[in-house]
Parts: sequence; C-alpha cells; structure tokens
Amino acid sequence: MSQHNPLDTKISRRRLIQAAAATALTGPYIISARGEQPVKLGLDNPLTGTYAAVGKNEMIGCQLAIEEINKKGGILGRPAQLIVEDSTSGDAGTAVQKARKLFERDGVDFLLGNVNSALSLAMADVAFEKKKILMVTGGHTDAVTGTTCHWNVFRICNTTQMEANAVAPALVKNAGKKWYYITPDYAFGHTLQSGLEKAGAKLGVTKVGGDLTPLGTTDFSSYLIKAQAANPDVLMLLVQGNDMINCLKQAVQFGLDKKLHIAGGQQELEPLEGLPPEARIGTWVFEWYWNQPGVAGVKEFVDAIKKKTGRVPTARTWFGFASVWACALGANEAKSLDGIKVAKALQDFKLPPHVACMPDAPFFRAGQNQLIPNLYVGHAQAKGPAGPDDLFKVTDVVKGPDAAGTLEESGCKMTWPSA
Amino acid sequence: MTQLILFNVFNGLIVGAFYALMALGLSLILNLSGVINFAHGGFLALGAYIAYSLLPFTGFWGALVIAPVLTAVIGLIVERVLIRPLYGRDPLYSLLLTFGLAYVLEDVARAIWGAQSVPFQVPASLTTPLSAQFFFLTGYRIFMVVLVAAAVGGLFFILNRTRLGMRIRAGTSDLETVSTLGVNVRILRNLNFGLGIYLAGLAGVLAAGLLGLEPTIGTSLIMPSFVAIIVGGLGSLPGTLLGGLLIGVASGITTVYFPSATEAVIYVMMGIVLLIRPRGLLGEEGRLQ
Amino acid sequence: MSALPHASAGVPANPGTALREHAFTFLVWLLLLSMPYWMGAVGGYTELASRVVIMGLAAMALNFLLGFTGVLSFGHAAYFGLGAYGVAMTVKYLAPSTPLGLLVGVAVATVAAAVIGGLIRKMRGVYFAMVTIAFGQVFYFITFRWNTVTGGDDGLTGWRRVPLHLGFTNVPIDTNDKAFYYFALAIFAACVAVMAFILRSPFGRSLIAIRENERRARFLGIPVEQHIWISFVISAFFAAVAGGLYALLNNFVDPRALRWDMSGNFVIMAVLGGMRSFWGPLIGAAIFVALQDYVSSQTENWMSFIGTFFILVVLFFPRGVLGLIKRRASK
Repeated sequence: MSQHNPLDTKISRRRLIQAAAATALTGPYIISARGEQPVKLGLDNPLTGTYAAVGKNEMIGCQLAIEEINKKGGILGRPAQLIVEDSTSGDAGTAVQKARKLFERDGVDFLLGNVNSALSLAMADVAFEKKKILMVTGGHTDAVTGTTCHWNVFRICNTTQMEANAVAPALVKNAGKKWYYITPDYAFGHTLQSGLEKAGAKLGVTKVGGDLTPLGTTDFSSYLIKAQAANPDVLMLLVQGNDMINCLKQAVQFGLDKKLHIAGGQQELEPLEGLPPEARIGTWVFEWYWNQPGVAGVKEFVDAIKKKTGRVPTARTWFGFASVWACALGANEAKSLDGIKVAKALQDFKLPPHVACMPDAPFFRAGQNQLIPNLYVGHAQAKGPAGPDDLFKVTDVVKGPDAAGTLEESGCKMTWPSA
Repeated sequence: MTQLILFNVFNGLIVGAFYALMALGLSLILNLSGVINFAHGGFLALGAYIAYSLLPFTGFWGALVIAPVLTAVIGLIVERVLIRPLYGRDPLYSLLLTFGLAYVLEDVARAIWGAQSVPFQVPASLTTPLSAQFFFLTGYRIFMVVLVAAAVGGLFFILNRTRLGMRIRAGTSDLETVSTLGVNVRILRNLNFGLGIYLAGLAGVLAAGLLGLEPTIGTSLIMPSFVAIIVGGLGSLPGTLLGGLLIGVASGITTVYFPSATEAVIYVMMGIVLLIRPRGLLGEEGRLQ
Repeated sequence: MSALPHASAGVPANPGTALREHAFTFLVWLLLLSMPYWMGAVGGYTELASRVVIMGLAAMALNFLLGFTGVLSFGHAAYFGLGAYGVAMTVKYLAPSTPLGLLVGVAVATVAAAVIGGLIRKMRGVYFAMVTIAFGQVFYFITFRWNTVTGGDDGLTGWRRVPLHLGFTNVPIDTNDKAFYYFALAIFAACVAVMAFILRSPFGRSLIAIRENERRARFLGIPVEQHIWISFVISAFFAAVAGGLYALLNNFVDPRALRWDMSGNFVIMAVLGGMRSFWGPLIGAAIFVALQDYVSSQTENWMSFIGTFFILVVLFFPRGVLGLIKRRASK
C-alpha cells in the first residue's frame, strides 16, 4: 500500500479545513437590510432526484413571474423576492425542515410547492401553523383541496377528478368502453383511477381489469402481458414521470399500440420529450400546452421562457408562473400580506389573461381554493407542425367548470379562523 | 393460464438476465477487493449517458461497443485514485466512499445531461416483436439476452482461460499468497474493478433501450443485484448468475398470482436463503468473514 | 487486560485526560442547553437544533454498534424508521399520546432488531454489512408497499404532536418549537446517560474487547455472538427513540426515512465526528446537518458537495474531528 508522507497529509488536511471555514464565513447568513424590505416568497420543491425535472420547470416559471412582477411595480410597492429550497426527492423531513426554515429564518410571506402531493400536505400543516398561504404548485391528489382542505391552501394544478372528467368522453368516443388500468400505487394513482372509473361509469365504460404498480417500477413487461390477455379496448396508463416513460416505451416495443388504444389521464411534456419518437402515442389530457395560437398571453409567456431556457414552457412551468402571480395579485387585491386577508381576496378570484394563458379565465373556486382552468384533451405525436417541441395535438379544450364537478363532490368543508 | 405462466417465465428469464449482468459486475468487485460498490448504479447511468452522447456519431452499435469501454476507463481511474488508498483498511471506508461517489455520479450526470429524461433510440430493427403471439419477445429483449449470454461467456472465458482470470480467481481465494507469488496485486485489483465497471456500463447501454434515461436510472437496479448476490452466494459468480435469473423468474411468476407481491418475493427469497443456507445457494464455506 | 488506546467511553487513561473529558462533556451540555438561543444568530433556526439533537442520537446509537463493538451495520435506518412509524401510527390510529407513541415505536423496532440480529449475528465484515443493507431495504419496502396502513409513498399524515400531559402541567410541544427542543433534549439526555452507563459496565468493556480483537475476546470466554446480538438490539433501541422523535419533529413520516441513504448518513456522521469517542457522532451530526442545510440552500448541486465531502472525510479524516483533536492533544 502506498505510504502517504504524513507531512503531506497534514498540510492538505489543514488546507481543507481552512477552505471549508472560509466558505462558511462568507455565507449569506447576515441578511443586509438595504432600503425597501422585499416581499419574500418561498419555493420548497424538488430540484434533485426523481422529481427534479418537473420541480425545476416549476421553479423557472416562478422565477419568470418574479421578474415580471418586479417590472410592474412589485407587490404592494415592494420588490418581490423568490427564495428557493430543494425539498429533494428523498426523505420528507427535508421538505418540512425547509418549509420551517423559509418561514422562520427567511421570513417568507408565501410558501409554494410541492410536486409531491404528500409533501404538499405536510407543508400545508406548517403553513397552517404560521397562518400563511401555501400555493400548491404541483401535487394533484384530490385531498389537498378536498377532504383535507384548509383556508390557507390554494392549488393551481388540477385535481385528478377534473382530469378524469375531461378525458373520459374523448376516450369513449374514439376508442371504446372496455378499459384496463395500469395504476401507480399511491394516492395520486388511486384517485385518478377512481375518478376515471366514476367518469367512465356515467358513459357506460366497464373495467376489464387493472394492476397496481409500485412507484419506480422499471419493468412493466409482466403487467403488459396480463393487460393484453384481458383484451381491453383501451389500455389506461396512469403512471407518471419515469414510470410513464418506461411503460410506454415497453408497450410500444411490444406492439401493443397496434392492437389496442393506449391512453390515460394526466400526461405531460416532460415524459414525451424523454421518449423516442415512435413511443409518443396515446390519448391524454394536458393541464396546459404551449401551442395555443391566438390565445392571449401565451405568445409572450412562451417567448419569455424560450429566451430564459431555450426550451418551450411545459404545464409545470406555467404552474410555477401562475402560482407566484396568484400570490402577488391576491396581496395587491387585499392590500395586505396578512394570510387571512389575502385568502379571502382570492375567493372566486379570476386570473388575468397575461397570467392565465388559456382561452377561458381560470378562477379559484370559493370555499375550495381550487383553480378551475381549461383542460386540454388530445393525443401525443412524434413531431408536430409547430416545431420539434410540438409533441401534443390538442383536439378538445374543455372548460373548467364542465370538468370540475360540484363543491360538494370534492368533500371540502372549509373553516375560517375567527381572528 | 398456463400460457400466462409460460410467458412470464420466459419474460422473467429475460429480466433476470439483465439483473444478472448488473450483479456479476458487483460480485466481481466484491469478491476480489471486498468493496461493496454503491456507485455501481452510477456507473450504469454513466455508461448509458455516454452511449447517448455517442449515438449521433457512432450509431447504436458503435455506442454499444465504445461506451462500456469508456466507462471502464473511468472506473480504472476511480479505483486508482479513490479506492486504492482504502485497501487494508476497515471495509467501512470503501463502503462510505462508494456511497459518496454514487451521489457525485448522479449529480454530475444531472449537471451534464440535465434532470429531464433524454430520448434514447434503438434501431428500428430491434424494436419489433418477433411474433404476434409472443409479443413480449421483442428483438431488443432477445438481443439483450444474447448479449448477456455473450458477456457472461466472455467473462467465464477470461476467468478460466486467461492468466488474468486465473489470478483473479486465485486472488479471490487468497490474496496474500497471490501477492507473495509475485503477482502485482494492485494492478490485479485495478483491472478487476475495471472489468466489473465494464459490465455495469454494458448494462447501462442495454437499460437505456428499455427504460427512460435520467440521472437516477441506476439507483433502483442496485438492490435486486444485492439480493441476487446474497441468494446466489457470496464469492460465487455462477451463483450470482443463478441468483439473478431466479429473481427474474420469481418476480414474473408472482405477477400472475399476487401482482402486489412482485417485488416482495425477492426479499422473501433472500430471507429464506439466509435462514436455511446463509452462504447462499452456490456460496462457498468460510466466505462469511 | 489489554491496554486500550486512548480514553474511550469516557473512562480516563490518566487524570489529565479525565479533566479534559469532563470539561468537554460540560461544554457539550452547555451548548446543547442553550442552542435555541444562539442558533438564530449563526443563521440557524430552532427546528434545526432539534434536528441536530435527534440525528445526533441516531448516530450515537449506531456508533454503539459501529464504534464500540466494531460491527458495521449499514441498515440502521430501518429501526429509526420503525420507531418513527410506530409513533405516527399510534398517534393517528390508537390514541393521541406522545409517550405511548414512543413506547410502541421503540418496542416494534427492538423486536425487529432482535429477530434480525439473531439471524445475522454469525456474519462479519462486508457480508454483514450487505445483509444489513438488504434487511434495511426490506423494511423500506414494507412501509412503501403496505400503503393502506402506512400511507405508502405518500407517507403518514393527518396527525400531529400531542401536548404532553404531565399531570401537573401541559407541555405545549405541539405549538412551541423551543418546548419541543427541550423535550427532545431531555429524552436525548436520558438515552445518552444509559448508553454511557452501559459502556462503562463490564458488558460494555467486553464489547470494546470484541472490537479490539474478536478472537482474543473469544478466548477470554466472552460469548461473542450473544454480545454482538445484544449490542445490535441496544443500538436499534436508541435509533428507534431517535426515529420516534424525528416523526414528532416533522408531524410526518414517509418510507424514505428507512432507505439506505438515511443509513449511510448515520454512518458518515459517526465517522465524521469520530467513531472512537462517545460524543463524536453528535459532533458529526451537527456538522453534517448544518452542512446539508446550508449547502442545499446555496446550490442545486449540493449532492456533488455532500458526496465529495463523504469522499474527503474517508480519505483524509477517517478518525473524524474528535479523533483528530485527540491525536493533536496527546502529542
């Protein structure tokens, strides 16, 4: 074994310690007060790990919104500032810890996040304790604005029931009534499947079978073999993210897209971009799409994001963008940063066109705090006329209220604090 | 029903072959050097990404040949610089080092190629099923099995018919004696590590054809490899191969009857093996130290 | 009796060292008792202080096995996590009581450790490590898949810390961060005291003997396998206490608390602080938690930093911070 000269080791060790100490001391622990105190918004989202891709896109949308808001005079006349923390895709304690850090050390007035529904619920709890607003950017499970709704929790992205209601009619019309489900085994998957079953039942759909797959499944071959044996009209792939890529890739390699119709609920641009062209197939619902010629606000938003990153915005980018704007607009409307006042101001609040970027004005439904936006039903395509990023052909823009169901159905019973 | 079972057995062998490839690399490194390479998944991802970057220049086949070699070269450098200082020390340290290395590899992959999944395209000739009935036997999966068989064959050839292989085998039994016999143990360990990483890189290129290519592609594949080694037997390469195949087939069959237990079954198998025959199915005695 | 290198488990080798040991212990307690008050000034926050104490306890629990018995377990997050889930499930499903929750969590984890320890006590070295990793993964897998009970990937929500009803007063650990910190610190203190006591006892001495030279220990008549088994269980017991506190800290628990990266974090904390000393893991935990908190706020590429940090510690600081200080001091 090679001998280290003890002197060498000591010197390099010392240098290491010195370097570390220097870095620590130059940290921004001391926040200098210079002039106007900014209004701080904290984003607690995954920037590493499994959800990094969508988490980062949300962050980019948030950053663009902050820039635009500051150009237009800020929030209540003060500059807006975004503080970003990585909730990681690891242990949830980190997300909660970062949420507390944002509130206690950084003094944020608004909390935004998380891609993961469960973490959104955990963060909602922290925000509830601090009586501040949490704007959920990307967690879809119904409970967030449903059975566990709070006055301080608002959601930009859709509930799984809304997505199901939007896509079911198109599937019945174009594909058939015998459905087989491949569902990811967590709350999002469960609620999406039950939403689809409910929406489908109204249209005469029968479920011929289904399988729950654990999150992070890499090999779907055995599930696909079973699915094919059940002989459905439609194979519903409810898996998301990497699971979606794996499953679609394998389904297409098996030639299943030629035997039956492949579809699902939620789909996003990120997985489509990660698939080889021949696997970009199927009928899905998008929550927002960049190629909307003629719709107010869209071109400016798409151009701004293209300038920032070189790529088109995805639905996630828009979620981040709209979330920050909603906080700013709510604060300006309420003329206050007080959580309760802003929350009250956001009831039935309509997002203006330059934020909404969709045909019909989305609004936060009163008593539920859920944004009711348009939904885009269509099918994936290997390449579209609008360029290499045009991977989705929208066939039907569904109006939010049509897909949303009633307030009662959501199960949300909101209570307000007496303060 | 029998057709379903049969399909799943065949499919399980295919999946198992892939697990075996990954586990063999891990086992090689573990047997000779006593290092648990937590970064194995990271090297797998690296191999896949290097192949992805080579695709426009060399096409799929060229990338398949070159990428694992490049990954192995990186492996050789890593072993020389980071792992060699740790031999002779408590195995704890090499474990921690590869643990940290896994973090770094994932982050570097994300920094270079992005967090977003990248589309990895395999030649169209491979992506079609061979027959309508046996639709799960796609050209790609058959190709993968053939390649794994070739790699395993190559590995056993190297181990049994070349001098290097003989030294590796001897060193696995008794490194001290091998050293006193005049073999340069450092280079031996280095080359052995490189060989193991070559297998990881190869597994990576194959994986990229089946799965979405993103920075965490390797992390979920490490655990089945561990189980394959424990089930098959520490210190035995044929055991690792067997372990991998067993895991694949067991998972496949379980999907038919108890779909939710598809993964659980590999841990159950591990538990049973540890209870009844702790050294593993084909493991050698005295390897528990 | 073999000469033990340096002072370990707080037992002094000579009077000068004893004074230093006591002074150090005093300093540690002073810092711990006052942490919520100076945490803010250095850019921290009370919750971070609680996290340091909890992780410190987990690392010290692991070190009971790793540093003092010389056995490498890389799957301790399993017991940590079982403690966490025990608390969460008790508070959510059984009864809103913090003490009961902790009891259940610790009991479950200890039983699991007893079973597993019994299975693997004959194994050593790398193989032992591998098997602990695999078993750790088994528990991760169970919590991940049994989602009707554990909430699966979504974790267990819908419950909160319950204030402590101590008969004469209610301690508001659910609303007051500082109250929770001192509650955690109190439990930490109790655990640490017990650990120190065990390490000073003849049983503890025999563990150290096993670490130093297992064969010799065997010749001395020490029932090595049995002792390792007991050490394993004790270590898991305290890890579970830490896990329970962790669940209470977050009002949330999810399967990743049992994953191998959490196990790895505990090991690095022990190594970083100094495996051969009693307080080492606490120091390591403080550095690691603070570092991770700071770096992940600064850059997206914190994983490279932390990974490189691991590598540097292993290559240049294998004896950890306290090991380094002791070596300097004894010169």
